[in-house]
Amino acid sequence: MTDSKYFTTTKKGEIFELKAELNSDKKEKKKEAVKKVIASMTVGKDVSALFPDVVNCMQTDNLELKKLVYLYLMNYAKSQPDMAIMAVNTFVKDCEDLNPLIRALAVRTMGCIRVDKITEYLCEPLRKCLKDEDPYVRKTAAVCVAKLHDINAQLVEDQGFLDTLKDLISDSNPMVVANAVAALSEIAESHPNSNLLDLNPQTINKLLTALNECTEWGQIFILDCLANYSPRDDRESQSICERVTPRLSHANSAVVLSAVKVLMKFMEMLPKDLDYYGTLLKKLAPPLVTLLSAEPELQYVALRNINLIVQRRPEILKHEMKVFFVKYNDPIYVKLEKLDIMIRLASQANIAQVLAELKEYATEVDVDFVRKAVRAIGRCAIKVEQSAERCVSTLLDLIQTKVNYVVQEAIVVIKDIFRKYPNKYESVIATLCEHLESLDEPEARAAMIWIVGEYAERIDNADELLESFLEGFHDESTQVQLQLLTAIVKLFLKKPTETQELVQQVLSLATQDSDNPDLRDRGYIYWRLLSTDPVAAKEVVLAEKPLISEETDLIEPTLLEELICHIGTLASVYHKPPSAFVEGSRGVQHKRLTSSAGSGESVESPDTGSAAVSEAPPTVIPSQGDLLGDLLNLDLTPPTSTGPPPTTAPGMQLGAMDLLGGGLDSLLGGDIGGSPAMGTGFGAPPAAMPASFNAPISGGLDDLFDLGGGGGLTMGTYIPPKSVWLPAMKAKGLEISGTFVRRSGVIQMEMTLNNKAMSVMSDFAIQFNRNSFGLAPAGPLQILTPISPNQSIEAALPLSTVGPVMKMEPLNNLQVAVKNNIDVFYFSCQYPISMLFLEDGKMERQVFLATWKDIPNENESQFQIKDCHLNSDAASNKLQGSNIFTIAKRTVEGQDMLYQSMKLTNGIWVLAELRVQAGNPNYTISLKCRAPEVSQCVFQNYETVLKN
Amino acid sequence: MSASAIFVLDLKGKVLICRNYKGDVNMAEIDHFLPLLMQQEEEGLLCPVLSHGNVHFMWIKHSNLYLVATTNKNSNASLVYSFLYKIVEVFTEYFKELEEESIQDNFVVVYELLDELMDFGFPQTTDSKILQEYITQEGTKLEVAKSKVPTTVTNAVSWRSEGIKYKKNEVFIDVIESINVLVNANGSVMSSDIVGSIKLKTMLSGMPELRLGLNDRVLFALTGRDKGKTVVMEDVKFHQCVRLSRFDSDRTISFIPPDGESELMSYRINTHVKPLIWIESVIEKFSHSRVEIMVKAKGQFKKQSVANNVEVRVPVPSDADSPKFKTSTGTAKYVPEKNMVVWTIKSFPGGKEFLMRAHFGLPSVENNELEGKPPITVKFEIPYFTVSGIQVRYMKIIEKSGYQALPWVRYITQSGDYQLRTNV
Repeated sequence: MTDSKYFTTTKKGEIFELKAELNSDKKEKKKEAVKKVIASMTVGKDVSALFPDVVNCMQTDNLELKKLVYLYLMNYAKSQPDMAIMAVNTFVKDCEDLNPLIRALAVRTMGCIRVDKITEYLCEPLRKCLKDEDPYVRKTAAVCVAKLHDINAQLVEDQGFLDTLKDLISDSNPMVVANAVAALSEIAESHPNSNLLDLNPQTINKLLTALNECTEWGQIFILDCLANYSPRDDRESQSICERVTPRLSHANSAVVLSAVKVLMKFMEMLPKDLDYYGTLLKKLAPPLVTLLSAEPELQYVALRNINLIVQRRPEILKHEMKVFFVKYNDPIYVKLEKLDIMIRLASQANIAQVLAELKEYATEVDVDFVRKAVRAIGRCAIKVEQSAERCVSTLLDLIQTKVNYVVQEAIVVIKDIFRKYPNKYESVIATLCEHLESLDEPEARAAMIWIVGEYAERIDNADELLESFLEGFHDESTQVQLQLLTAIVKLFLKKPTETQELVQQVLSLATQDSDNPDLRDRGYIYWRLLSTDPVAAKEVVLAEKPLISEETDLIEPTLLEELICHIGTLASVYHKPPSAFVEGSRGVQHKRLTSSAGSGESVESPDTGSAAVSEAPPTVIPSQGDLLGDLLNLDLTPPTSTGPPPTTAPGMQLGAMDLLGGGLDSLLGGDIGGSPAMGTGFGAPPAAMPASFNAPISGGLDDLFDLGGGGGLTMGTYIPPKSVWLPAMKAKGLEISGTFVRRSGVIQMEMTLNNKAMSVMSDFAIQFNRNSFGLAPAGPLQILTPISPNQSIEAALPLSTVGPVMKMEPLNNLQVAVKNNIDVFYFSCQYPISMLFLEDGKMERQVFLATWKDIPNENESQFQIKDCHLNSDAASNKLQGSNIFTIAKRTVEGQDMLYQSMKLTNGIWVLAELRVQAGNPNYTISLKCRAPEVSQCVFQNYETVLKN
Repeated sequence: MSASAIFVLDLKGKVLICRNYKGDVNMAEIDHFLPLLMQQEEEGLLCPVLSHGNVHFMWIKHSNLYLVATTNKNSNASLVYSFLYKIVEVFTEYFKELEEESIQDNFVVVYELLDELMDFGFPQTTDSKILQEYITQEGTKLEVAKSKVPTTVTNAVSWRSEGIKYKKNEVFIDVIESINVLVNANGSVMSSDIVGSIKLKTMLSGMPELRLGLNDRVLFALTGRDKGKTVVMEDVKFHQCVRLSRFDSDRTISFIPPDGESELMSYRINTHVKPLIWIESVIEKFSHSRVEIMVKAKGQFKKQSVANNVEVRVPVPSDADSPKFKTSTGTAKYVPEKNMVVWTIKSFPGGKEFLMRAHFGLPSVENNELEGKPPITVKFEIPYFTVSGIQVRYMKIIEKSGYQALPWVRYITQSGDYQLRTNV
């Protein structure tokens, strides 16, 4: 006998017939009728018209029938709210039934009937069920509180259900505890500030006890809840970790991942030199590897999480490369993830094996997988220097296969390899050029064009090659157009005589015939640059590029920390914060790891210390956009940094003259009727640009030059008011007050010397004690005339930072000795640390990311800046005046995160993350620095700058 | 926390049955599921999570069904997939086969189960043995039994009911080791490991306390005994009945077993094992004319042991035709729908070597489609033997009634993921 027969009655008048059957006196017939109704409901027919008849069947002692009626109710109550009231009485009655199954069923169903009118009738039954003697009813009632809260939060709070729910955490039955925790977590998630899950050591202890006894699902609820707790100290962390680690042996992958989440999070609190820390690291690897034998979907979740874990703690899986080798029958999503992790784990020790595997993959048939494998070979070359040669030859082998997409991918990665190892592999260019024709993807075309432009001097027919691309200029994608423009400008600067026509062609294509603003603007920038100062143009366009190095696709450190707190969840699968894909999660606190060394003073353990010293901060392969952006960034640096004056490049001068005299003039001349002013440059905005561009463009250029020119170097610098350093009482009548100023890169000590004595003072001299940053007078104190009584005199003393160094306490303390004809006086003063911030303290975005990650967490310190009423942009501007540069800004949930960097005179970089929440006058600032001692000073400086 | 609703769909994306647990995701959203899936499949970017707007679909496929969970929150994805597989397990235990027909045939029970398995997105009781005590398929029979909640549902021991009785108390222990091997085309072993599993068939009365003793090296080191061969288990996973904290502290495997069949534990051993059946192959493809295959299989295990039901599966091009075979033992068969030759050897003694030759014709017009390079795979089973040398030293069974019970142990080694890449 099967239920499928219920689906077959589809004749006319069915509803009518069912109605009759539902009202039948015979129990069996009634039940059959309800089944038919449910069957119709299942296939999507509207049977809501039968509502009253079905509800009439509710009062029955047949459990199966009752369940079916309840099911019906859940589906249709919302569309028939008035009639749903009819069901209330039965619910109330069922909640007092002798049979706990029925009590639980009633309380479970009640919560699913999302009709406001009904909910208030349900409070009393729910209250009883929460105290029921049967744990099955209690655990069901616990969940019902969460359901009710979802419908009417106020009601639940008013009725005190939340407190009852909290009490259930101490229930004797582990299932009840688990459901109570789940319900509370759910409620807390929608009310982030409710402090509902007031976790303290006592509740934690209860949870950990229940953890050993409840079902696998309950264990997950509890572990996920534990992950939100912040232990008070490392001992508590350790003891929780110890009690959680046995879960790593659970057969359910989800339990294992939730346990991993708790451990990864609490591990941050543990000092690294602790034995237990090492033990824990070792314990994490085997279960993570075992997750790879789970079902493919679970493998996928595991792999996405392992990807995060490998970035956060590479040491855990560094010996487990082999388990990530791809199997023929792995689903594509597993293959791609494995490949990604393989690259992250690639090192000198295992590179040979990895390359052999990658080569194998590159000959597969799945296009996406093959592409990624080829790209992976390139990434290996960049990551593991020793392997570069083999990687390049492997790539060349692959190019020989002439499989179109393999060739294209190979060219894209070879471009990066060139940038990483200049002057090493350029011999392969000839081979690459052979495949020019077959490139049909923008990224590959752009890469190839870049190569041609960059190495134009080695490619005899570079001009022909580029010209061939130029023919279909307007059909190319922007990426290719931009690259082509830059490449031809490079070519022109390298071989000016032969390529004037070409450069004119591309400039006019870019500026006149294109309506892409990026392309147009870049065209104009090159144009102006070439027409005003070809030498500078050469310096700019052909500037030496910073090397790129290993770490690719790193997740931003704060995001990574947040994702680690979400291990196992969708956020960890998407590698996006929950706020990015969950609606209404506004205001939800971003989870962050809390590290052990809040003080920032703790001594690094030897192993991490040495690692930090030996590893240069990794820079990152810029994506295509950044690579192009580099050129533009160069334009913005002050002119002084663009190198030696033109006279030092006589060879170039010739070409330049030629250019000015002939090429561009005639080029411009075509448009403007030979205006002689055109060639001369900066000062005069172009008189006659093509009409449509005239106003905006010239305005834009002016702005650009304003920035570049000397304008506003000291703009907005905060100068503390003078304070009295040496009171007259202590110095036989000499009073010195002063302050520190940084102007145009020069640090000055500005003093007012006031003679309050009766006699004339003369023969002044000044000397500093050794200090933290080697501040020393750059010259003698210039006070040429004696100071008469009651006279005061201003003196400015330029300072250098090359003096002897000794660490002071506080760090920015300066001990000064001043001598005059009367005596020697000593005083000490404190300079704002921003005096030491260099003007070139703006770090590259990518470098910033890598550095932030590279600096160990113990070096991070966090501070609060209270009562600051600036918005983030104003703050950023203000700070910039003190050479604190904002590198990036990210807005999440109305909270602005500013990433900032500054560089001290002794070369120490300080990285900062400033969080500003609109409407909240309290800023949070996190500072990371390899020399964490400076953090305190830097923070104080932020405070002073922002508040003045 | 996890799922807002669970759907069971047929291959065309039609909803067979569904359960809305939280009401925060519009049930009509499911209509987007299959089109999204098809689109991804076409792009070759299939992924177990799909999203449409702020709705996320987590799905698995089982026979001719899709099981889909929807959510609009940051759900615990691993929990959802575990749960979906658990549903498959429970339904399969209930209906033997889980497929479109069985859902329709049992929709009332399916609804009941869905109601019991999950509440408001939180998985609840998912142990099918326990569920079967109060949710049964034959509505009529159950009236009596159903009037009570089995205490097991909320007990700390949620996997075994009280009052089980057997005339003869026995436990059957199967130790099964699967060998995973990946061999490169040039014959080097890229990776190999052993995944072991200890399965129980428990036929014991009452609430017995069991303790399993293995020759676990860590345990031996802890107890200071160092006699005999021991085994290092890289990672061990246990059925929820095993007291994990106890194992963590002193490596004791103690538990109250579920009744009937269950997997007590699984383990992974990383030691490099010699591939038990070694394959050497020469596959020569002469375009437009023929493929010649020569495969040599060698049993690299003890002479006394015998591998049973050995199957060597050799890939052939999809357009191959007119097969001819020659084998020194066993039979070879062409399976065109899978593009492979299956060479079967019923009984393969250790130390022996066998040969198979195959010849296929190729059409003169070449197939333009690129074909992958599927590896040669091998299936086999070797009884009375474990590669790792793991042994059950004892199984102590204590029940308060004091009965004597007998443990029976059986060892089997079998092929797991056993792949040898080829050059063609």
